Amino acid sequence: MKTEIISSGFGGQGALTVGKFIAKAAMAEGMHVSWLPAYGPEMRGGTANVSAIVSETAIASPIVSSPDILVALNQPSIDKFGADVKEGGLMIINSDMCPDGTTRTDIEIIEAPMNLIAKEMGSDKVLNMIAIGMIIGRKNLIKFETIEADLTAFLAKKNPALLEANIKAIKKGIELGKK
Amino acid sequence: MGEKVLMKGNEAVAEAAIRAGCRLYFAYPITPQSELIEYMARMMPKVDGTFLQASSEVAAINMVYGAAGCGRRVMTSSSSPGISLKMEGISYLAGANLPSVIVNVQRGGPGLGDIQPAQGDYFQATKGGGHGDYRLIVLAPSSVQEFADSASDAFDLADKYRIPVMILADGLLGQMMEPVEFKPAKTEAELAELDKQHLDWAMYQNKPEPNHHHHEINSLEIDPHELEKHVLKLDQKYKLIQKNEVKHEEYNVNEDNEILCVAFGTASRIVKSAIDQLKKEGHNVGLVRPITVWPYPSEAVLNAVSKNVKKVVVFELNLGQMVEDVRLAVNGKVPVDFMGKVGGLVFTPEEVKTKIEENL
Repeated sequence: MKTEIISSGFGGQGALTVGKFIAKAAMAEGMHVSWLPAYGPEMRGGTANVSAIVSETAIASPIVSSPDILVALNQPSIDKFGADVKEGGLMIINSDMCPDGTTRTDIEIIEAPMNLIAKEMGSDKVLNMIAIGMIIGRKNLIKFETIEADLTAFLAKKNPALLEANIKAIKKGIELGKK
Repeated sequence: MGEKVLMKGNEAVAEAAIRAGCRLYFAYPITPQSELIEYMARMMPKVDGTFLQASSEVAAINMVYGAAGCGRRVMTSSSSPGISLKMEGISYLAGANLPSVIVNVQRGGPGLGDIQPAQGDYFQATKGGGHGDYRLIVLAPSSVQEFADSASDAFDLADKYRIPVMILADGLLGQMMEPVEFKPAKTEAELAELDKQHLDWAMYQNKPEPNHHHHEINSLEIDPHELEKHVLKLDQKYKLIQKNEVKHEEYNVNEDNEILCVAFGTASRIVKSAIDQLKKEGHNVGLVRPITVWPYPSEAVLNAVSKNVKKVVVFELNLGQMVEDVRLAVNGKVPVDFMGKVGGLVFTPEEVKTKIEENL
């Protein structure tokens, strides 16, 4: 079993971090993982994106050309990667920043106004955590508890308020992700 | 071994180098290896080591020369254009028999090129680059774990043969995060032992007479007969390395292979994906991956050309630099074909698969 993910958005939206937290959690759960960011000129203005792979067996190529899951935090991400999502795959769309959406009808779609929801959760910064929650809610990929433990270790002392907002955002995402 | 951590290749190789006893690091920043120099800047002070951002790559490599001359574990790193600048110093290190480790996180060239992954420095790393008859041991890792492990291997080899060792990575390996498990850090006692191995030649503070030693670190030998002796001695060392230190990996190599692929570093990972896919479709394709690209695993490549292999196909992120070594190894036994990708682009498993299928 191998799941290939592309997570993409404007710089600052936390697209790369989506991939990182998923990879870290999957690693903690004993899976093989890789995390490969696009670096260089395309970071400016367009899309900051990352290829993440979670696999039961060793990962050969770390490059994702047809993702099982696309996290699109902005419209350019759909324009760039939307057509590459595998048939029957999953596209997560931040409707606040994706006015045109997608024309794909052969894939699962979870759409939500993530900017708005993040604000409600207490911080603009937790937008990407909603996307992680959606993946947890829809796919049998990683466990909520693993990410919760990782976030707690990282934030409990440093910023308890942000930790709470993160956890709330993930839980909201899980709710939205469930069919 | 400790627990697994998720880390970028650039950071993993820096951490592993410190654990292997590297306490001196001199470099000048360049993308896509910036995280390496940044990690060293953060961590060296914590182990009482020296981090110094030199005024240029040329200055950095000459600082490496000085530190290596004192018998200490020293490292520098850069990316392609910066490595070109270091070439004079690398030739001097080789000429003066100085152990040292140089990391090249390759990017697209020639010239300033771009900052995306490439393997265009194969010729420079394995055939010279600097002037004169010299060799480097060149390690070509293909995962973050191997990139990290190559640091201690490189230092051990450098000390064993008194030779500069290059770790030939690329932007993809540097930027990618994968799980990595580190070897335990060397203890103070182990570090003291490391220093002792170079006492017979390295520069250190003179003891009062009669224990005075005259040590000289030099690559200049103005008498041609003396220089001839020196170069022939270097050659003996290189022959010994070719005999003892060749490393490679075989992937799905067997007696029923129809095609044999050869690829190193990042390119080899893409080829493995293509081989897995072809296997599902009933085709038997093998891969030899050189881990040392100098000394080159010529025998392993030749031995892997089993009776049913119709062709050897070489895949590289350049215009075919290693293909020459593969042709020498295969020595006309079967045809050798090549597919490359340049500009900092990486071929997809599908492209590699199509190329193999053309030859089936």
